[in-house]
Amino acid sequence: MNAPPNAHQGVGVQMRGVRRSFGKQEVLKGIDLEVQAGEIFVLMGPSGSGKSVLLRHVIGLEVPDAGEILVNGESILTPGVMDKFRMAMVFQSGALFNSLTVGENVGLYLSEHQLKSPTEIARIVAEKLAVVGLKGTEEKFPSELSGGMKKRAAIARALVSEPQLILYDEPTSELDPISAVVIGEEIRTLNQRIGVTSLVVSHDRDLAFGIAHRIAVIHEGEILAVGSPDEVRRSHHPVIREFLHADFHREKTSL
Amino acid sequence: MFQNIGEMVLLLGRTLGALPFIWRQRAKVLEQFYEIGNASLLMICVLSFFLGGVIALQTGPLLAERGLHNAVGGLVGIAMAKEFAPIMMSILIAGRVGSAMAAEIGSMRVYQEIDALRTMNINPIHYLVLPRLVALACALPMLVTFSILVGWLGGAVVASVTGQIDIPIQSFFTNMKSVVEVKDVANGVFKSFCFAWIVGIVSCHQGLITRGGPRGIGRSVTKAVVNSIVLIVMFDYVLTRILLH
Repeated sequence: MNAPPNAHQGVGVQMRGVRRSFGKQEVLKGIDLEVQAGEIFVLMGPSGSGKSVLLRHVIGLEVPDAGEILVNGESILTPGVMDKFRMAMVFQSGALFNSLTVGENVGLYLSEHQLKSPTEIARIVAEKLAVVGLKGTEEKFPSELSGGMKKRAAIARALVSEPQLILYDEPTSELDPISAVVIGEEIRTLNQRIGVTSLVVSHDRDLAFGIAHRIAVIHEGEILAVGSPDEVRRSHHPVIREFLHADFHREKTSL
Repeated sequence: MFQNIGEMVLLLGRTLGALPFIWRQRAKVLEQFYEIGNASLLMICVLSFFLGGVIALQTGPLLAERGLHNAVGGLVGIAMAKEFAPIMMSILIAGRVGSAMAAEIGSMRVYQEIDALRTMNINPIHYLVLPRLVALACALPMLVTFSILVGWLGGAVVASVTGQIDIPIQSFFTNMKSVVEVKDVANGVFKSFCFAWIVGIVSCHQGLITRGGPRGIGRSVTKAVVNSIVLIVMFDYVLTRILLH
Protein backbone atom coordinates (compact mmCIF):
# COMPACT_ATOMS: atom_id res chain seq x y z
CA MET A 1 0.00 0.00 0.00
CA ASN A 2 2.30 2.75 -1.16
CA ALA A 3 0.97 4.78 -4.07
CA PRO A 4 -2.71 5.43 -4.70
CA PRO A 5 -3.99 3.30 -7.61
CA ASN A 6 -5.49 6.07 -9.70
CA ALA A 7 -6.91 9.48 -9.13
CA HIS A 8 -9.38 9.79 -11.95
CA GLN A 9 -12.39 10.11 -9.70
CA GLY A 10 -11.10 11.30 -6.36
CA VAL A 11 -10.67 14.89 -5.24
CA GLY A 12 -7.89 16.44 -3.21
CA VAL A 13 -8.48 18.09 0.16
CA GLN A 14 -6.36 20.84 1.65
CA MET A 15 -6.68 22.04 5.23
CA ARG A 16 -4.97 25.31 6.00
CA GLY A 17 -4.60 26.59 9.53
CA VAL A 18 -7.90 25.11 10.71
CA ARG A 19 -8.73 26.22 14.23
CA ARG A 20 -11.81 25.44 16.26
CA SER A 21 -12.73 25.99 19.88
CA PHE A 22 -15.76 24.85 21.84
CA GLY A 23 -16.10 27.28 24.70
CA LYS A 24 -12.67 27.74 26.21
CA GLN A 25 -11.37 24.45 24.89
CA GLU A 26 -9.37 24.70 21.68
CA VAL A 27 -9.97 21.41 19.90
CA LEU A 28 -8.16 22.13 16.63
CA LYS A 29 -5.01 24.22 16.90
CA GLY A 30 -4.18 25.23 13.36
CA ILE A 31 -4.32 22.04 11.31
CA ASP A 32 -2.41 22.00 8.02
CA LEU A 33 -2.91 18.84 5.97
CA GLU A 34 -3.15 17.84 2.37
CA VAL A 35 -4.98 14.75 1.20
CA GLN A 36 -4.12 13.85 -2.36
CA ALA A 37 -6.72 12.80 -4.88
CA GLY A 38 -7.29 9.07 -4.93
CA GLU A 39 -5.35 8.17 -1.80
CA ILE A 40 -6.38 6.51 1.43
CA PHE A 41 -5.35 8.93 4.11
CA VAL A 42 -5.72 7.84 7.72
CA LEU A 43 -5.90 10.39 10.48
CA MET A 44 -4.87 8.53 13.59
CA GLY A 45 -4.76 9.56 17.19
CA PRO A 46 -6.05 8.82 20.65
CA SER A 47 -9.66 9.47 21.66
CA GLY A 48 -10.43 13.15 22.18
CA SER A 49 -7.59 14.36 19.97
CA GLY A 50 -9.92 16.20 17.53
CA LYS A 51 -10.04 13.64 14.70
CA SER A 52 -13.80 13.43 14.31
CA VAL A 53 -14.21 17.19 14.75
CA LEU A 54 -11.79 17.74 11.89
CA LEU A 55 -13.73 15.27 9.75
CA ARG A 56 -16.97 17.14 10.42
CA HIS A 57 -15.27 20.33 9.23
CA VAL A 58 -14.14 18.66 6.01
CA ILE A 59 -17.70 17.81 5.02
CA GLY A 60 -19.10 21.16 6.12
CA LEU A 61 -21.00 20.03 9.21
CA GLU A 62 -18.88 22.43 11.30
CA VAL A 63 -17.41 25.78 10.42
CA PRO A 64 -13.85 26.55 11.54
CA ASP A 65 -13.12 29.62 13.69
CA ALA A 66 -10.09 30.28 11.50
CA GLY A 67 -8.43 28.72 8.50
CA GLU A 68 -10.01 27.06 5.52
CA ILE A 69 -10.71 23.69 3.97
CA LEU A 70 -10.40 23.39 0.21
CA VAL A 71 -11.69 20.64 -2.03
CA ASN A 72 -9.84 20.68 -5.34
CA GLY A 73 -8.86 24.26 -4.51
CA GLU A 74 -12.39 25.49 -3.66
CA SER A 75 -13.48 26.34 -0.14
CA ILE A 76 -15.96 23.89 1.29
CA LEU A 77 -18.00 26.85 2.57
CA THR A 78 -18.47 28.32 -0.91
CA PRO A 79 -22.12 27.87 -1.94
CA GLY A 80 -22.49 25.12 -4.48
CA VAL A 81 -19.28 23.26 -3.65
CA MET A 82 -21.22 20.49 -1.93
CA ASP A 83 -23.20 20.06 -5.16
CA LYS A 84 -20.13 20.28 -7.39
CA PHE A 85 -18.07 17.60 -5.64
CA ARG A 86 -19.77 14.44 -4.53
CA MET A 87 -18.79 13.73 -0.95
CA ALA A 88 -20.10 11.18 1.49
CA MET A 89 -19.48 10.32 5.09
CA VAL A 90 -19.72 7.05 6.96
CA PHE A 91 -20.50 7.90 10.56
CA GLN A 92 -19.11 6.09 13.57
CA SER A 93 -22.57 4.86 14.50
CA GLY A 94 -23.53 4.28 10.86
CA ALA A 95 -26.29 6.89 11.34
CA LEU A 96 -28.75 4.78 9.38
CA PHE A 97 -32.33 6.01 9.54
CA ASN A 98 -33.97 3.61 11.93
CA SER A 99 -37.46 4.20 10.58
CA LEU A 100 -36.41 3.30 7.03
CA THR A 101 -35.50 -0.10 5.65
CA VAL A 102 -31.92 -0.80 4.58
CA GLY A 103 -32.98 -0.43 0.94
CA GLU A 104 -34.66 2.91 1.61
CA ASN A 105 -31.60 4.07 3.55
CA VAL A 106 -29.25 3.20 0.73
CA GLY A 107 -31.48 4.71 -1.95
CA LEU A 108 -32.37 7.85 0.00
CA TYR A 109 -29.92 10.14 -1.83
CA LEU A 110 -31.31 9.12 -5.22
CA SER A 111 -34.97 9.18 -4.21
CA GLU A 112 -34.81 12.52 -2.37
CA HIS A 113 -32.99 14.24 -5.22
CA GLN A 114 -35.25 12.45 -7.72
CA LEU A 115 -32.24 11.41 -9.76
CA LYS A 116 -33.54 8.03 -10.90
CA SER A 117 -36.82 6.19 -11.36
CA PRO A 118 -37.94 3.86 -8.53
CA THR A 119 -37.03 0.80 -10.62
CA GLU A 120 -33.58 2.17 -11.35
CA ILE A 121 -33.09 3.07 -7.68
CA ALA A 122 -34.00 -0.48 -6.64
CA ARG A 123 -31.43 -1.84 -9.11
CA ILE A 124 -28.68 0.51 -7.87
CA VAL A 125 -29.48 -0.24 -4.23
CA ALA A 126 -29.22 -3.99 -4.87
CA GLU A 127 -25.94 -3.45 -6.70
CA LYS A 128 -24.38 -1.33 -3.93
CA LEU A 129 -25.55 -3.73 -1.22
CA ALA A 130 -23.95 -6.57 -3.16
CA VAL A 131 -20.68 -4.61 -3.32
CA VAL A 132 -20.52 -4.49 0.48
CA GLY A 133 -21.71 -8.07 0.89
CA LEU A 134 -25.23 -7.31 2.05
CA LYS A 135 -27.15 -8.76 -0.87
CA GLY A 136 -30.83 -9.34 -0.10
CA THR A 137 -31.06 -7.14 2.99
CA GLU A 138 -33.15 -4.41 1.33
CA GLU A 139 -36.29 -5.12 3.35
CA LYS A 140 -34.60 -5.39 6.73
CA PHE A 141 -34.57 -2.56 9.24
CA PRO A 142 -31.27 -1.29 10.70
CA SER A 143 -32.25 -2.71 14.08
CA GLU A 144 -32.15 -6.19 12.53
CA LEU A 145 -28.52 -5.81 11.45
CA SER A 146 -25.33 -6.47 13.40
CA GLY A 147 -22.83 -3.66 14.07
CA GLY A 148 -20.63 -4.70 11.16
CA MET A 149 -23.58 -4.99 8.80
CA LYS A 150 -24.75 -1.51 9.80
CA LYS A 151 -21.35 -0.11 8.97
CA ARG A 152 -21.38 -1.86 5.61
CA ALA A 153 -24.92 -0.61 4.90
CA ALA A 154 -23.67 2.90 5.71
CA ILE A 155 -20.83 2.40 3.23
CA ALA A 156 -23.34 1.24 0.61
CA ARG A 157 -25.37 4.39 1.28
CA ALA A 158 -22.25 6.48 0.81
CA LEU A 159 -21.44 4.71 -2.47
CA VAL A 160 -24.81 5.46 -4.04
CA SER A 161 -23.84 9.05 -4.81
CA GLU A 162 -20.69 7.75 -6.59
CA PRO A 163 -18.60 9.96 -4.33
CA GLN A 164 -15.25 11.51 -5.13
CA LEU A 165 -14.42 11.72 -1.46
CA ILE A 166 -15.54 9.37 1.32
CA LEU A 167 -14.95 10.25 4.94
CA TYR A 168 -14.96 7.38 7.42
CA ASP A 169 -15.36 8.17 11.10
CA GLU A 170 -13.95 5.31 13.19
CA PRO A 171 -15.12 2.65 10.72
CA THR A 172 -13.93 -0.27 12.85
CA SER A 173 -14.98 0.90 16.29
CA GLU A 174 -17.24 -1.51 18.18
CA LEU A 175 -16.43 -4.29 15.68
CA ASP A 176 -14.86 -7.65 16.28
CA PRO A 177 -11.43 -8.18 14.65
CA ILE A 178 -12.83 -10.16 11.72
CA SER A 179 -15.49 -7.55 10.88
CA ALA A 180 -12.85 -4.84 11.26
CA VAL A 181 -10.67 -6.57 8.67
CA VAL A 182 -13.66 -6.93 6.33
CA ILE A 183 -14.42 -3.21 6.60
CA GLY A 184 -10.75 -2.34 6.04
CA GLU A 185 -10.66 -4.56 2.96
CA GLU A 186 -13.79 -2.88 1.65
CA ILE A 187 -12.28 0.58 2.04
CA ARG A 188 -9.19 -0.58 0.15
CA THR A 189 -11.16 -2.37 -2.57
CA LEU A 190 -13.34 0.67 -3.19
CA ASN A 191 -10.29 2.86 -3.43
CA GLN A 192 -8.69 0.53 -5.94
CA ARG A 193 -11.85 0.02 -7.95
CA ILE A 194 -13.11 3.60 -8.33
CA GLY A 195 -10.16 5.71 -7.24
CA VAL A 196 -12.21 7.50 -4.61
CA THR A 197 -10.27 9.62 -2.12
CA SER A 198 -10.73 8.14 1.35
CA LEU A 199 -10.11 10.09 4.52
CA VAL A 200 -10.31 7.69 7.44
CA VAL A 201 -10.33 8.75 11.07
CA SER A 202 -9.40 5.97 13.43
CA HIS A 203 -7.49 5.01 16.52
CA ASP A 204 -7.21 1.46 15.20
CA ARG A 205 -3.49 0.94 14.50
CA ASP A 206 -4.03 -2.29 12.55
CA LEU A 207 -6.52 -0.61 10.24
CA ALA A 208 -4.33 2.46 9.74
CA PHE A 209 -1.17 0.53 8.86
CA GLY A 210 -3.16 -2.02 6.89
CA ILE A 211 -4.90 0.27 4.40
CA ALA A 212 -3.29 3.73 4.42
CA HIS A 213 -1.20 5.26 1.69
CA ARG A 214 -0.35 8.00 4.14
CA ILE A 215 -1.00 8.54 7.82
CA ALA A 216 -1.21 11.66 9.95
CA VAL A 217 -1.04 11.48 13.73
CA ILE A 218 -3.06 14.04 15.63
CA HIS A 219 -2.76 14.72 19.34
CA GLU A 220 -4.59 17.40 21.34
CA GLY A 221 -5.60 19.24 18.19
CA GLU A 222 -2.15 19.31 16.61
CA ILE A 223 -0.63 17.24 13.83
CA LEU A 224 2.46 15.49 15.14
CA ALA A 225 3.54 13.64 12.01
CA VAL A 226 2.49 13.00 8.42
CA GLY A 227 3.96 10.39 6.15
CA SER A 228 3.82 6.89 4.78
CA PRO A 229 3.02 4.10 7.24
CA ASP A 230 6.72 3.22 7.43
CA GLU A 231 7.72 6.81 8.13
CA VAL A 232 5.15 7.13 10.90
CA ARG A 233 6.21 3.78 12.35
CA ARG A 234 9.81 4.99 12.50
CA SER A 235 8.89 8.28 14.19
CA HIS A 236 10.80 9.09 17.38
CA HIS A 237 8.14 11.44 18.70
CA PRO A 238 7.42 10.17 22.24
CA VAL A 239 3.64 10.58 21.95
CA ILE A 240 3.54 8.69 18.65
CA ARG A 241 5.76 5.95 20.04
CA GLU A 242 3.58 5.64 23.10
CA PHE A 243 0.43 5.50 20.95
CA LEU A 244 1.86 2.95 18.52
CA HIS A 245 3.36 0.69 21.11
CA ALA A 246 0.84 0.89 23.93
CA ASP A 247 0.35 -2.63 25.16
CA PHE A 248 -0.99 -4.38 28.26
CA HIS A 249 2.23 -6.35 28.67
CA ARG A 250 4.78 -3.64 27.98
CA GLU A 251 6.16 -1.04 30.32
CA LYS A 252 6.09 2.48 28.90
CA THR A 253 9.77 2.84 29.81
CA SER A 254 10.71 -0.09 27.62
CA LEU A 255 9.48 1.76 24.52
CA MET B 1 -35.65 31.98 25.86
CA PHE B 2 -35.37 34.91 23.39
CA GLN B 3 -32.81 32.94 21.39
CA ASN B 4 -35.34 30.10 21.16
CA ILE B 5 -38.06 32.46 19.98
CA GLY B 6 -35.71 33.89 17.35
CA GLU B 7 -34.78 30.39 16.19
CA MET B 8 -38.43 29.38 15.99
CA VAL B 9 -39.31 32.44 13.92
CA LEU B 10 -36.37 31.62 11.65
CA LEU B 11 -37.50 28.00 11.37
CA LEU B 12 -41.02 29.16 10.52
CA GLY B 13 -39.64 31.49 7.85
CA ARG B 14 -37.48 28.77 6.34
CA THR B 15 -40.36 26.30 6.37
CA LEU B 16 -42.64 28.80 4.65
CA GLY B 17 -39.85 29.43 2.16
CA ALA B 18 -39.70 25.69 1.48
CA LEU B 19 -43.45 25.49 0.69
CA PRO B 20 -42.87 25.51 -3.11
CA PHE B 21 -41.11 22.15 -2.66
CA ILE B 22 -44.09 20.55 -0.92
CA TRP B 23 -45.14 18.51 -3.95
CA ARG B 24 -41.88 16.57 -3.74
CA GLN B 25 -42.72 15.65 -0.16
CA ARG B 26 -46.34 14.70 -0.84
CA ALA B 27 -45.85 11.08 0.16
CA LYS B 28 -44.46 12.10 3.54
CA VAL B 29 -47.25 14.66 4.03
CA LEU B 30 -49.86 11.97 3.44
CA GLU B 31 -48.06 9.60 5.77
CA GLN B 32 -47.98 12.23 8.54
CA PHE B 33 -51.56 13.23 7.80
CA TYR B 34 -52.65 9.64 8.27
CA GLU B 35 -50.63 9.35 11.47
CA ILE B 36 -52.12 12.51 12.94
CA GLY B 37 -55.70 12.00 11.79
CA ASN B 38 -56.24 8.30 12.03
CA ALA B 39 -54.58 7.81 15.39
CA SER B 40 -56.29 10.82 16.99
CA LEU B 41 -59.80 10.42 15.66
CA LEU B 42 -61.24 8.06 18.26
CA MET B 43 -59.62 9.95 21.13
CA ILE B 44 -61.00 13.23 19.81
CA CYS B 45 -64.42 11.71 19.36
CA VAL B 46 -64.61 10.53 22.99
CA LEU B 47 -63.09 13.72 24.40
CA SER B 48 -65.37 16.01 22.39
CA PHE B 49 -68.53 14.08 23.22
CA PHE B 50 -67.89 14.36 26.94
CA LEU B 51 -66.67 17.95 26.63
CA GLY B 52 -69.93 18.99 24.99
CA GLY B 53 -71.82 16.94 27.58
CA VAL B 54 -70.10 18.50 30.55
CA ILE B 55 -70.70 22.05 29.26
CA ALA B 56 -74.39 21.22 28.99
CA LEU B 57 -74.35 19.61 32.45
CA GLN B 58 -72.63 22.57 34.11
CA THR B 59 -74.64 25.34 32.47
CA GLY B 60 -77.98 23.65 31.76
CA PRO B 61 -79.37 23.45 35.33
CA LEU B 62 -78.33 27.07 36.06
CA LEU B 63 -80.04 28.28 32.91
CA ALA B 64 -83.07 26.11 33.60
CA GLU B 65 -83.44 27.61 37.11
CA ARG B 66 -83.74 31.02 35.45
CA GLY B 67 -86.14 29.76 32.81
CA LEU B 68 -83.48 29.89 30.09
CA HIS B 69 -83.09 26.16 29.58
CA ASN B 70 -83.61 26.56 25.83
CA ALA B 71 -80.47 28.70 25.66
CA VAL B 72 -78.23 25.73 26.53
CA GLY B 73 -78.06 24.73 22.85
CA GLY B 74 -76.62 28.08 21.82
CA LEU B 75 -74.24 28.13 24.76
CA VAL B 76 -72.83 24.70 24.07
CA GLY B 77 -72.67 25.54 20.37
CA ILE B 78 -70.71 28.76 20.85
CA ALA B 79 -68.43 27.35 23.58
CA MET B 80 -67.49 24.31 21.56
CA ALA B 81 -67.03 26.14 18.26
CA LYS B 82 -65.11 29.16 19.47
CA GLU B 83 -63.06 27.90 22.41
CA PHE B 84 -63.24 24.36 23.68
CA ALA B 85 -62.78 22.44 20.45
CA PRO B 86 -59.82 24.47 19.11
CA ILE B 87 -58.05 24.78 22.46
CA MET B 88 -58.62 21.26 23.76
CA MET B 89 -57.88 19.53 20.46
CA SER B 90 -54.73 21.59 19.95
CA ILE B 91 -53.53 20.70 23.44
CA LEU B 92 -54.37 17.07 22.78
CA ILE B 93 -52.44 17.14 19.51
CA ALA B 94 -49.51 18.91 21.20
CA GLY B 95 -49.38 16.07 23.72
CA ARG B 96 -49.87 13.29 21.27
CA VAL B 97 -48.36 14.42 17.98
CA GLY B 98 -46.04 17.26 19.06
CA SER B 99 -44.31 15.05 21.61
CA ALA B 100 -43.83 12.32 19.00
CA MET B 101 -42.39 14.86 16.55
CA ALA B 102 -39.94 16.22 19.12
CA ALA B 103 -38.90 12.70 20.14
CA GLU B 104 -38.43 11.47 16.58
CA ILE B 105 -36.49 14.49 15.35
CA GLY B 106 -34.60 14.69 18.65
CA SER B 107 -33.42 11.10 18.41
CA MET B 108 -32.45 11.67 14.77
CA ARG B 109 -30.40 14.62 15.94
CA VAL B 110 -28.75 12.72 18.79
CA TYR B 111 -27.93 9.69 16.65
CA GLN B 112 -26.44 11.82 13.84
CA GLU B 113 -29.18 11.02 11.34
CA ILE B 114 -29.71 14.72 10.67
CA ASP B 115 -25.97 15.12 10.06
CA ALA B 116 -26.23 12.20 7.66
CA LEU B 117 -29.03 14.00 5.82
CA ARG B 118 -26.88 17.09 5.49
CA THR B 119 -23.93 15.12 4.13
CA MET B 120 -26.30 13.81 1.46
CA ASN B 121 -27.22 17.39 0.62
CA ILE B 122 -30.77 16.81 1.86
CA ASN B 123 -32.20 19.82 3.67
CA PRO B 124 -33.59 18.66 7.06
CA ILE B 125 -36.23 21.38 6.90
CA HIS B 126 -37.53 20.10 3.56
CA TYR B 127 -37.28 16.48 4.62
CA LEU B 128 -38.40 16.57 8.24
CA VAL B 129 -40.10 19.84 9.18
CA LEU B 130 -42.08 20.79 6.08
CA PRO B 131 -44.15 17.58 5.72
CA ARG B 132 -44.96 17.52 9.42
CA LEU B 133 -46.06 21.14 9.53
CA VAL B 134 -48.17 20.95 6.40
CA ALA B 135 -49.83 17.72 7.54
CA LEU B 136 -50.53 19.24 10.95
CA ALA B 137 -51.89 22.47 9.44
CA CYS B 138 -54.29 20.43 7.30
CA ALA B 139 -55.24 17.80 9.85
CA LEU B 140 -55.87 19.90 12.97
CA PRO B 141 -58.58 22.17 11.46
CA MET B 142 -60.33 19.07 10.14
CA LEU B 143 -60.12 17.36 13.51
CA VAL B 144 -61.43 20.49 15.21
CA THR B 145 -64.40 20.65 12.81
CA PHE B 146 -65.14 17.03 13.65
CA SER B 147 -64.68 17.79 17.35
CA ILE B 148 -67.18 20.67 17.19
CA LEU B 149 -69.81 18.43 15.62
CA VAL B 150 -69.29 15.62 18.12
CA GLY B 151 -69.26 18.12 21.00
CA TRP B 152 -72.58 19.51 19.92
CA LEU B 153 -73.98 16.00 19.77
CA GLY B 154 -72.63 15.27 23.25
CA GLY B 155 -74.24 18.44 24.61
CA ALA B 156 -77.55 17.60 22.95
CA VAL B 157 -77.62 14.05 24.33
CA VAL B 158 -76.74 15.15 27.87
CA ALA B 159 -79.26 18.02 27.76
CA SER B 160 -81.99 15.63 26.69
CA VAL B 161 -81.32 12.90 29.24
CA THR B 162 -80.61 15.13 32.24
CA GLY B 163 -83.79 15.71 34.23
CA GLN B 164 -82.80 19.19 35.42
CA ILE B 165 -82.41 20.44 31.84
CA ASP B 166 -84.75 18.16 29.88
CA ILE B 167 -84.64 19.64 26.39
CA PRO B 168 -85.42 17.47 23.38
CA ILE B 169 -82.50 17.07 21.01
CA GLN B 170 -84.45 18.86 18.26
CA SER B 171 -85.03 21.97 20.47
CA PHE B 172 -81.35 21.94 21.47
CA PHE B 173 -80.29 22.16 17.82
CA THR B 174 -83.02 24.68 16.93
CA ASN B 175 -81.72 27.03 19.62
CA MET B 176 -78.13 26.38 18.55
CA LYS B 177 -79.00 27.19 14.93
CA SER B 178 -80.45 30.55 15.96
CA VAL B 179 -77.31 31.48 17.94
CA VAL B 180 -74.32 29.89 16.23
CA GLU B 181 -73.26 31.35 12.90
CA VAL B 182 -70.93 29.94 10.30
CA LYS B 183 -68.36 32.57 11.20
CA ASP B 184 -68.24 31.25 14.79
CA VAL B 185 -67.22 27.84 13.52
CA ALA B 186 -64.83 29.47 11.05
CA ASN B 187 -63.23 31.40 13.94
CA GLY B 188 -62.56 28.18 15.83
CA VAL B 189 -61.21 26.43 12.77
CA PHE B 190 -58.98 29.39 11.95
CA LYS B 191 -57.62 29.38 15.50
CA SER B 192 -56.81 25.70 15.22
CA PHE B 193 -54.95 26.37 11.96
CA CYS B 194 -52.75 28.90 13.82
CA PHE B 195 -52.28 26.50 16.75
CA ALA B 196 -51.19 23.77 14.34
CA TRP B 197 -48.27 25.93 13.21
CA ILE B 198 -47.40 26.68 16.84
CA VAL B 199 -47.38 22.99 17.81
CA GLY B 200 -45.43 22.04 14.69
CA ILE B 201 -42.78 24.74 14.95
CA VAL B 202 -42.25 24.36 18.70
CA SER B 203 -42.01 20.56 18.48
CA CYS B 204 -39.74 20.44 15.43
CA HIS B 205 -37.52 23.17 16.88
CA GLN B 206 -37.17 21.32 20.17
CA GLY B 207 -36.29 18.17 18.25
CA LEU B 208 -33.70 19.95 16.14
CA ILE B 209 -31.91 21.49 19.13
CA THR B 210 -31.85 18.27 21.17
CA ARG B 211 -28.48 17.53 22.75
CA GLY B 212 -27.25 14.65 24.82
CA GLY B 213 -28.65 11.14 24.95
CA PRO B 214 -32.04 9.77 25.98
CA ARG B 215 -32.28 12.31 28.80
CA GLY B 216 -31.88 15.12 26.27
CA ILE B 217 -34.63 13.62 24.14
CA GLY B 218 -36.93 13.36 27.16
CA ARG B 219 -36.22 16.98 28.07
CA SER B 220 -37.01 18.09 24.51
CA VAL B 221 -40.31 16.21 24.51
CA THR B 222 -41.37 17.80 27.80
CA LYS B 223 -40.37 21.26 26.60
CA ALA B 224 -42.15 20.77 23.28
CA VAL B 225 -45.44 19.91 24.99
CA VAL B 226 -45.24 22.51 27.76
CA ASN B 227 -44.11 25.35 25.46
CA SER B 228 -46.77 24.45 22.90
CA ILE B 229 -49.53 24.56 25.52
CA VAL B 230 -48.30 27.88 26.95
CA LEU B 231 -48.10 29.44 23.49
CA ILE B 232 -51.50 28.02 22.47
CA VAL B 233 -53.18 29.63 25.49
CA MET B 234 -51.34 32.94 24.97
CA PHE B 235 -52.12 33.07 21.26
CA ASP B 236 -55.72 32.07 21.95
CA TYR B 237 -56.15 35.28 23.91
CA VAL B 238 -54.52 37.35 21.15
CA LEU B 239 -56.54 35.68 18.40
CA THR B 240 -59.80 36.01 20.36
CA ARG B 241 -59.10 39.72 20.79
CA ILE B 242 -58.44 40.11 17.08
CA LEU B 243 -61.39 37.98 15.97
CA LEU B 244 -63.80 39.82 18.28
CA HIS B 245 -63.25 42.87 16.14
